[in-house]
Amino acid sequence: MRILILTARLAILVVTVTTAAFAQGAEGAPQGPTFLDALFVFMLATFIGLGVVTRVSRLLHTPLMSLTNAISAIAIVGSIVITGRDHPTYITVLGAIALFASMTNIVSGFMITDRMLRMFKRRDVSKP
Amino acid sequence: MRVQIIQLAYLLATGLFVFALHWMNDPKTARRGVISGVIAMATAVVGTLIEPGIVNWGWIAVALVLGFAVGVPLSRVPLTAVPQRTALSHAFGGLAAGLVGTAEYYLWLGQTPENLTAFRMSAITAEIILGYLTFTGSLMAAGKLQEIKWIPQRPVTYPLQNVSNLSLLGIAVFCGVALIIKPVALAFLFPVIIVLALAFGILLVIPIGGADMPTVISLLNSYAGLSAVAMGFVLDNKLLVTAGALDGSSGLILSIIMCRAMNRSFSNVLFGAFGQVKAKATTAESKTVKSETPVGAAQMMEQSNLVVVVPGYGMAVAQAQHRVRELYDQLTKRGVDVRFAIHPVAGRMPGHMNVLLAEADIPYDKLVEMDDINHDMPQADVVLVIGANDVVNPAARHDQASPIYGMPIINADKARVCYAIKRSMNPGFAGIENELYYADQTFMLFGDAKAVVGELVKSLSGPNGGH
Repeated sequence: MRILILTARLAILVVTVTTAAFAQGAEGAPQGPTFLDALFVFMLATFIGLGVVTRVSRLLHTPLMSLTNAISAIAIVGSIVITGRDHPTYITVLGAIALFASMTNIVSGFMITDRMLRMFKRRDVSKP
Repeated sequence: MRVQIIQLAYLLATGLFVFALHWMNDPKTARRGVISGVIAMATAVVGTLIEPGIVNWGWIAVALVLGFAVGVPLSRVPLTAVPQRTALSHAFGGLAAGLVGTAEYYLWLGQTPENLTAFRMSAITAEIILGYLTFTGSLMAAGKLQEIKWIPQRPVTYPLQNVSNLSLLGIAVFCGVALIIKPVALAFLFPVIIVLALAFGILLVIPIGGADMPTVISLLNSYAGLSAVAMGFVLDNKLLVTAGALDGSSGLILSIIMCRAMNRSFSNVLFGAFGQVKAKATTAESKTVKSETPVGAAQMMEQSNLVVVVPGYGMAVAQAQHRVRELYDQLTKRGVDVRFAIHPVAGRMPGHMNVLLAEADIPYDKLVEMDDINHDMPQADVVLVIGANDVVNPAARHDQASPIYGMPIINADKARVCYAIKRSMNPGFAGIENELYYADQTFMLFGDAKAVVGELVKSLSGPNGGH
């Protein structure tokens, strides 16, 4: 387990570093620093994610998945920007479908996670 | 000023998302995690809505209301349908990422092609390939789990399957690289990549059978997160990058746990087509199984000190968890210690059995992980296997020819007596003969899991006039 996670971390590190080098060398140099920032953020967030999730109780792996499902529907932020700005209609439609899909995931993801978590009780609560 | 407020809102949301996952480490604090996640999401959405330049309020409102209207019923599905709901929401996540990537590309292509830098194009390519393959792949997975008629449940294989699948992905990546170099001149390649990614998603999941679904769902979970990360790179939005990375790493860890619980590698799950591995010539010697009546089994359990229940997907299919709870009550009332042995890959998604048993009001401190229960197995007087098969097959320990050799199992054969509830002697999903059923101490209880457990409860409650 530890070795696998370590390998994953190393792989992410290698990919990040090479992409960063590539991004710097690429023509889009003016935006270079912003992209590098984003890569730093990605790498650190992945480490935090791996650290936090390894400690999640095994009892709760199904709720964990529906919770992260809702969290990754943060794509709603991108969808709002695309839908909301003054763009050609077909762009707005693409954005609105994405917005609908993300909103569905947020609502159903958080609600079903809470519904499942409410069921986990210790003995004293659930008297036969 | 407004920009700073938005960035601060995103910062707050990021922190709260990390806490949301952190609080999931214990069932006692887990609901706090949901609240934290909801606040984070609300902060992020409000922060984005005050972004300058948002004018299409009508479109936004309609999409939000429709999303809400579909989301609420999706959160009320029966718990046995949770795996397909999860797969479906991975599909939605992938679709959103793919559509946003498509919209961004055509927007820049039409208005400001100089914005299509090499880095942005790499991110867009990654976003649409991951997004669309997650979309169709998850839809296929959801269809298989829902047992939709025209989607084959069994793994579908054909000659050169892996070669053709991988070359399809290879072509898509190659087109992507070409687009990165010439984003405007080769614009016609963009829809080609979309079609290839959609097709690859379907072909990736077609050869995968039900027993491997926990791994595949976890992997698709990870892809959905990574496509959100790619969207963050495209839009230069750090909140998308962090939240996506949290989802991506969670999916990765769950996949690793699932793979380890089956002693298999990622590539073996994805390209191995488990269900139809070598139709191993089952030893011809006619072995005999012994069967027992529910009444007899109930008497045995009544006189035990420790009964261990091993649930599997069969319990979910038969919806037997509430009967199991009644059995638990009857035995506990008589002072019998009842524990549940949970194998990580039992069911169709990570943690599936825990949720079903929690739904039936079984206290979670009675749900014991495989490694912990195996220590106590030799002290168990009775082990009751309900709809589990491969996860209790002793062949995994010693038979090197068996396809499941090396897989960690629950040592049901170490208990003094073993009762196994099974419809018939047909081998399970993976088509592997289970030698546990032929062991000296094993007795079969033939029939539907719900009906048999109901019989057990009836014979226990009968003499006391209970019920």
